[in-house]
Amino acid sequence: MSKIADFIGKSARQNVVDALKRAKENEQYHALLNLTEERALERADAVDRGEITGRLAGVPFVVKDNFLAYGAPTTAASKILENFNAPLQATAVEKLEAEGAICIGKANLDAFAHGGSTENSAFGPSLNAYDKTRVAGGSSGGSAVVTALDIVPFALGSDTGGSIREPASFNGVVGIKPTYGTVSRYGVVAMASSTDVIGSFTTNVADGELVMDIIAGLDRKDMTTLPDFFKPIDTAKKGQKIGLIKEFMTDGVDDEVLARTNEYVEKLRAAGHTVEEVSLPIVAHTLAMYYIIVPAELSSNLARYDGIRYGHRAEGVKTLAELYGRSRDEGFVTENKRRIMIGSYVLSSGFFDAYYLQAQKARTLLINDLNKLFETYDVLMGPTVPTPAFKLGENTGDPIKMYLADIMTVPASLAGIPALSVPAGKSASGLPIGVQLMAPRRSDAQLFALARSMEEA
Amino acid sequence: MRTNIAPYLGAMFSFRGWGIIDYMTQISRDDVQHLAQLSALQLSDDEIDNMQTDIGNILEYVNQLSELDTSGVEPTYQLTDLENVWRADVVDDYGINRDDLIALAPDSDKNQIKVPKVL
Repeated sequence: MSKIADFIGKSARQNVVDALKRAKENEQYHALLNLTEERALERADAVDRGEITGRLAGVPFVVKDNFLAYGAPTTAASKILENFNAPLQATAVEKLEAEGAICIGKANLDAFAHGGSTENSAFGPSLNAYDKTRVAGGSSGGSAVVTALDIVPFALGSDTGGSIREPASFNGVVGIKPTYGTVSRYGVVAMASSTDVIGSFTTNVADGELVMDIIAGLDRKDMTTLPDFFKPIDTAKKGQKIGLIKEFMTDGVDDEVLARTNEYVEKLRAAGHTVEEVSLPIVAHTLAMYYIIVPAELSSNLARYDGIRYGHRAEGVKTLAELYGRSRDEGFVTENKRRIMIGSYVLSSGFFDAYYLQAQKARTLLINDLNKLFETYDVLMGPTVPTPAFKLGENTGDPIKMYLADIMTVPASLAGIPALSVPAGKSASGLPIGVQLMAPRRSDAQLFALARSMEEA
Repeated sequence: MRTNIAPYLGAMFSFRGWGIIDYMTQISRDDVQHLAQLSALQLSDDEIDNMQTDIGNILEYVNQLSELDTSGVEPTYQLTDLENVWRADVVDDYGINRDDLIALAPDSDKNQIKVPKVL
């Protein structure tokens, strides 16, 4: 079952050479922006010499290119960071390296993780692992595709509103978004600080639990990390009560997505769990909350990219204001600029109460409604995305249409609760479909154990 | 198989302004230019035109939140319930040295980052 186990106890150099070969053979998917070949081979040799040991000794992996890591630039798929060589590594990368894992490359994403398809990458989109005419999903699209293509047994991503779960669903892999604060974000390019989380892509739940076990934990370099709480557990609770969110099961959702979700429900029932329809009407408003709160926060986080201390600086400018304005105009993609400007708008005096404050109050209503459901139900579920992967270019002309792909994933982000997308079969035309499971904050271990038990069912 | 999400939403929530934008939030070209200035973005004329449409549509979409009754509801600004995370007041270089950081700057001279004239 475990793919990671296949790499343990083998020649690390062979593991890395093979993974790099697979990466190069699959270049047409454009899942990776840069390989960290030289450093990966050096580290592999150190593992083979016994200088580095650990639970992931010699296991190759990939990180989304918004994680600061050595061996290649950290671009966030943007022009403004195109040549940025990180002076430090993300805590999550450091923790994996301390266990002997070897990063072989940096995965493509929507620039600064703004998007749901990787079509906002400044370097071109990644292609879906199952259909090259369709999107990889996003923003962590490259990480999902390298996992689905078995280039590496696991990859890291970040999830602000669905950026792990949506591409996991589109590429038929397991995507884990833990409780907000579980994994340190030190060394990861910030987007929306109140919802950004770090998580994993794997082909099975157990591998994801292992990765999470290693990267989770309090980090004094990230003051928003929670005290250590996550520890995988062997067996899921028997006879769980599961709520199927009926607003996510309307006839507007793709028929095959509904069918696969209902089949998953039947599997849960057959395994002795109770599944009932529940109503969460406020989800009609969560996307609007999200597209106020997130632009507000990212407009502030992206203010640091100014062409002064690092990153792209426009040439031939005469004044400081021109330097800022032109460097940022040249360095950001359209979606970055759109979101920054929306953020500036909703935070500006006169609009703050109507937009930002109202959205944060609405967020409280969402959290209250979820808490109420969690008094009765252990887990809430539904499809991960309303449709299988859409066609490249299908939604690029209309930003709102693109945002709609996040509608089922943003509630867990706004509430900070753990959620994962697990493969639930395919459409008739062979496109993967995912089901999303959500649980109360800090009950990640129970949630993952349930998902794992269903793989075996 | 349907992968177009628009009809799904129409069926699900019947959003105002979806599809046919017939009462979009009016945001003027000057507003967009002002926003660009606030955001330190020097946009081209084409970009300003496109932003005027997109930002107007997005604001129209998020305006639905005004329908929610939030009187007496406290805002949620963060999710950890953590308060006052302290650390000892001791200098830590985080393993980063000055030369590496200065080397990242597009232009520098004698360990200082160069910028154009401010005034």
